[in-house]
Amino acid sequence: MGQAVRLRGAVCLLGRFPALAGADLDVEPGELVVLRGPNGAGKSTLLRALAGLVAVVDGSIEVLGHDLRTDRRSVRAQVGLVGHAAGLYDDLTVAENARFWCRASTGATADSVAGALSRWGLDGRLADVACARLSAGQRRRVAMALLTARWPALWLLDEPRSGLDAQALATLDQLLVEARHRGTTVVVASHDDAWASALGARTVTVVGGTTTGPSAAAPAATLREPAHVA
Amino acid sequence: MWRDAVAVATKDLRIELRSRIATHQVLPFALVVLVLFGVALDPDRGVLTRAASGLYWLAVLLAVVLAAQRAAGIEASDGLADALRLSGLDPAGVFLGKAMAMAVELVMLEVLLGLGAVVLYGVDLAGVGTLAATAALATVGLAAAATVYGALVGGTRGRDTLLPLLFLPAAAPVLIAATRATDEALTGAVVGAGVGVGDWLSLLGVFALLYLAFGVLSYGPLLEDA
Repeated sequence: MGQAVRLRGAVCLLGRFPALAGADLDVEPGELVVLRGPNGAGKSTLLRALAGLVAVVDGSIEVLGHDLRTDRRSVRAQVGLVGHAAGLYDDLTVAENARFWCRASTGATADSVAGALSRWGLDGRLADVACARLSAGQRRRVAMALLTARWPALWLLDEPRSGLDAQALATLDQLLVEARHRGTTVVVASHDDAWASALGARTVTVVGGTTTGPSAAAPAATLREPAHVA
Repeated sequence: MWRDAVAVATKDLRIELRSRIATHQVLPFALVVLVLFGVALDPDRGVLTRAASGLYWLAVLLAVVLAAQRAAGIEASDGLADALRLSGLDPAGVFLGKAMAMAVELVMLEVLLGLGAVVLYGVDLAGVGTLAATAALATVGLAAAATVYGALVGGTRGRDTLLPLLFLPAAAPVLIAATRATDEALTGAVVGAGVGVGDWLSLLGVFALLYLAFGVLSYGPLLEDA
């Protein structure tokens, strides 16, 4: 099987601003990669480009065997993106949002939805609460639960630890270990270097819309159980 | 496509039931417009009665703008546009679902505004079959067009002001045809020279079909640009 992600000189424009200005990245199937870098470096744009949400106007981009320069939509069914926004309807409850999005997406069943909501502590009284009443951390838990229920081949997580409490952080760490065991490819944008190190993830630095340092995997990446970082 | 349409329509109607914006804001706005027309033209009751069809459909049209802004706004917050694009939903199904939900809201609005017109303007209901056909065709056309224009301006910064600017001129054929057909149904008199109620209904039907087809074909690209 080829690489899960292969970027060469990828350029993405937000208006006229080159949010990505020649980024390179290689990710092997089942690998966990953490993107680090300052605010505005292009990490989120890189994740959105991998999800086929932003057009790459120069260079090349292949994700899960799909050439996103020619067809950005084809890969989306295999990708899950949890960004800064949770993508939830405020006037619907957690359970109603879960039902709608899992009905709208491939890979989710009623059982997987119920299991994911339970795993993220959303199966009790929170299930019937309108999403408008949830805290930012709770909204992120719902978004992660929807991802867990679908379990796509490529996970794209933008600052996934933001707003999560200790229990949810532990759930996230366990989930990432399970994802690696199941061969799921995960690309995470995070400022938390200690957490990335504890996960044993390969780290790629993004600065000024370009990647620096090793953008490709070492020959034999090691799988490490995460040490929980407070 | 139709399964996706039903899922989206159910979701949008559930959101409207919860938020109550349609019943607490759009409908009262339309009634206020109807009342203000009545106040402005009240000294001449005859003018008010003769102009009732046009005033009614103008009130409907203005309410559609609010409903369209609301429907587009549902998908504009909290990364929902991205979520829709990443979902496996057929864009044509999303369009049809949103148009269906808006059509349901419009039917309720038109019935209540019709009662308002009877009470405020002294309209005598006649030609109920023609009125129903006019309302049905106009509703489908307006819902389809409003959904298309809502998506068209969805990603723009000034979408709340841009939407009426684009939608109202585009909906002018519906205003004209629905007004003429309603006039003929109520009075039994042919308004335009040589143009009968069947012609106006045909125009409404063509408008509805055009925007339904355009929405089904264009909603995918419109979602991508949102």
